Amino acid sequence: MNATDKIAGAGLVPPEKLIFELSHPGLTAVSLADGDVPAAPPARVLPAELLAQSSPPLPEVGELDLVRHFTRLAHRLFSVDSNFYPLGSCTMKYNPKVNERAVAMPGLCHLHPLQPEADLQGILELLYHTRVFLEEIAGLAEATLQPCAGAHGEMTGVMIINAYHRHRGEDRPKILTPDSAHGTNPATCAMCGRHTSTVASGPDGRVDMADLRAKVDSSTAAMMITNPSTVGLFDPQIAEMARILHDQGALLYLDGANMNAILGITRPGDFGVDVMHFNVHKTFSTPHGCGGPGAGPVAVAEHLRPFLPGPQVVKHDDGSFGWASPGPLSIGRVRSFYGQISVLIRTYAYIRALGADGLRQVSEKAVLSANYLAALLKDHYRLPFTPPFAHEFIMVPEFREHGVTELDVAKRLIDYAIHPPTMSWPVAHCLMIEPTECESLATLDEFADAMIAIAEEAKTTPDRLHHAPLTMPVQRLDEVTAARKPDLRWNPPDEPSTQS
Amino acid sequence: MNYLQLNDSDVQRMLNAMGVERVADLFRDIPAASRLDHPLALPGPLSEMELLADLQRLANANHGLDELTCFLGGGMYDHFIPTVVDELASQSEFVTAYTPYQAEASQGALQAFYEYQTLICLLTGMDVSNASLYEGATAAAEAVLMARAATGRKQVVVSATVHPHTRETLATYLAALPMQIVTVEAPAGVTSPEALRAHVGEQTAAVLIQTPNVFGCVERLDLLSNIAHDCGAMVIASVDPVSCGLLKTPGSLGVYIAVGDAQALGIPLSLGGPSLGFMACKREHMRRMPGRLVGATTDRSGRRAFCLTLQTREQHIRRERATSNICTNQGLCALRVAIHLSALGRGGLAQVARLCLDKAHYAAERIAGLTGFELRFAAPFFKEFVVRTTKNVDAVLGHARRRGILAGVPLGPWYPELSDCLLVAVTEKRTRDEIDRLAAALNEA
Repeated sequence: MNATDKIAGAGLVPPEKLIFELSHPGLTAVSLADGDVPAAPPARVLPAELLAQSSPPLPEVGELDLVRHFTRLAHRLFSVDSNFYPLGSCTMKYNPKVNERAVAMPGLCHLHPLQPEADLQGILELLYHTRVFLEEIAGLAEATLQPCAGAHGEMTGVMIINAYHRHRGEDRPKILTPDSAHGTNPATCAMCGRHTSTVASGPDGRVDMADLRAKVDSSTAAMMITNPSTVGLFDPQIAEMARILHDQGALLYLDGANMNAILGITRPGDFGVDVMHFNVHKTFSTPHGCGGPGAGPVAVAEHLRPFLPGPQVVKHDDGSFGWASPGPLSIGRVRSFYGQISVLIRTYAYIRALGADGLRQVSEKAVLSANYLAALLKDHYRLPFTPPFAHEFIMVPEFREHGVTELDVAKRLIDYAIHPPTMSWPVAHCLMIEPTECESLATLDEFADAMIAIAEEAKTTPDRLHHAPLTMPVQRLDEVTAARKPDLRWNPPDEPSTQS
Repeated sequence: MNYLQLNDSDVQRMLNAMGVERVADLFRDIPAASRLDHPLALPGPLSEMELLADLQRLANANHGLDELTCFLGGGMYDHFIPTVVDELASQSEFVTAYTPYQAEASQGALQAFYEYQTLICLLTGMDVSNASLYEGATAAAEAVLMARAATGRKQVVVSATVHPHTRETLATYLAALPMQIVTVEAPAGVTSPEALRAHVGEQTAAVLIQTPNVFGCVERLDLLSNIAHDCGAMVIASVDPVSCGLLKTPGSLGVYIAVGDAQALGIPLSLGGPSLGFMACKREHMRRMPGRLVGATTDRSGRRAFCLTLQTREQHIRRERATSNICTNQGLCALRVAIHLSALGRGGLAQVARLCLDKAHYAAERIAGLTGFELRFAAPFFKEFVVRTTKNVDAVLGHARRRGILAGVPLGPWYPELSDCLLVAVTEKRTRDEIDRLAAALNEA
């Protein structure tokens, strides 16, 4: 980078070199004690054929440069702590600080998974209660805490479905998904050796029941559905769907991505769901961490309990807590050890803090906030569906005559210091807005004002939107070249490039 | 407590703006028959003080590594985490940001992941790394699915020295697919080239090897790779990233896909998760990789910039034809690994690896010198080794535990034929004094 570029980006968010470009021979940011035992020379104790001539060329930086580097990177980033994220289907709610304090408690953090159960009574109790809380919120018989994320929960759920049918002597290769399903649903089915068949939605955004009836047959293992759906509508036909599926021996899987709309108001088990996953990084406020770690606990109805993965956290008759090995019908282990424990600690803390009434208020305020925004924006953007909405809604910017797309609108929102909504899915050219329950009325109004201002800009100064965002460290990227000529790593100057 | 910011008059204003009378009216699509007519059966809400007290009570009911001396390994290790890793990774911008789909507003995370990918490539000697998978076992399973797609073959050959959790997870992943798992027994504690040769064939998609393996022994990746190549199978190596400070890279030993668990690189133990599964491969397999990839490109004004790329592999674009269903990965853990490796640097990683090697060998020598104890395997090892004892294993562990020492992992539950054995791990954190106390405790037991 030349000197002018440096000035152009100076201030609070200057351009930042790669950590490798900061490397200076001989430096380290770690101080280790010298060895206090006799040396075991590698050449004596390890096969010569496997010994490296030199260690990997990791960057060599001092502590201050390391700190500045990663602090500057942190500043080049939108986050919930600094920006509103009306990001549909992602439930970007506030991540309570007390939960971060909890996971840093030495007694909850420095635990080895292979310690004796007697050493782990506190964390096992916490996990047991978390499991029971999730069972109650789901209205289902038993939950597993093992799955690492929502998609991993889906996979666990579909494996349970497979195992259930196999146990009944049936091979059911087909899983139904609505046309508005998350991409993870069909991808999960493929990984589990199932194929998907799409069920159409009607113009009202609800499942087309005639199409469902036509597609359910004796080869149908299950239907995977998100309810409220990804278009932000609670489908009142859900219990009827469950009945149609159950009549054919098929199961109903709920993608729990949108649980934030129904906490304490209705329970999946009460509307016919057999198996579901939670996304605790959505519904229960665990932080997204630039894309993880999350957790995807799975809850099942009574008839699916034998197929849950293990080990399971249990409470013994004497009141102590422990791990139970899975039974003979279990699908087995879906990961090493027990789960995303520190994520589950935050889940526990959140549910304990709020209690039943607090969780219900979460859903009430989330739904209220979404519907309020829809009301403020309905004269400026097209709403393809009719309110009331759940905790999110779809709207379509219609500025094609000005050459302005949903991408332009979304990118312009960044200049208003608001994270763009989900775009172009599940309805073509749409924006999906989910404010969550956490935002103040002032923030909701500011967002609506920004969207209305952008709608005006789309008509009067469309070029400004084409170039947006204008206030970030970088402008729009050349993503085509990024994909055509992938540059996925830095290369040491003295090594041949691995780029194509 | 709650985290809401709307008061009653706000609610009223919002309802008025919508022309809706009551909040309950917004839920009218939920049929009455499905509605909950009573509160959820959950314990009452807690104030922050009460919540902290409850969490502290639970923390106090554990006996963790803040009070015990840990020689447990078996996949998770008590390595030192420098203060800067915790401090930098807990910056709330990193903690509370979303997946960096919006590149302009996410350069910090994208650059950190590009650096992470590079660090993993440098460590493994591979061309391409993704931006993380869940953890080591699922990363190995994903690698096998990659090999299946790349070769169209229907069998994976797995050494018995691969961690049992990895093998069990793989079996779960493959249960509904036409893919057979063949296990190569390894009575000597390492995979013998002859035994491997007897198990591979023209239907072998991949050979999965772990090194150092579940017993801590270093596998001859060079020899094993050649055997796999001879039948056109891909070699997948699950490696301990700390050992990469001493050993040749998997990439230089004929491995196609390197995977592993990076908990040892700056991630707290946290009862075994969350950690991070890394995956790196040769360039020709790049487009079969699961998970997110960050690439460098330029913005409109020609400045270097980073974005998620090759997204047509992923579920949100390709749906049922995606390379995997993975969506959320382990972003914040990848950041921790990037900071940790950058903090260590070239010299630091080598020093940690040497300290582990020295201390593990000192401990092995001390324990093997005790009456009633011997090393179970003769194969070379790195930071972990198997001890056989003529004493009762549970009694030995119980005695050490009463001395405040977690002496090792009993191997009987994983390998019934090794029910007289302990797996002992020694990281750079263990002092000579602690090792001597371990030896004394085993001797007394």
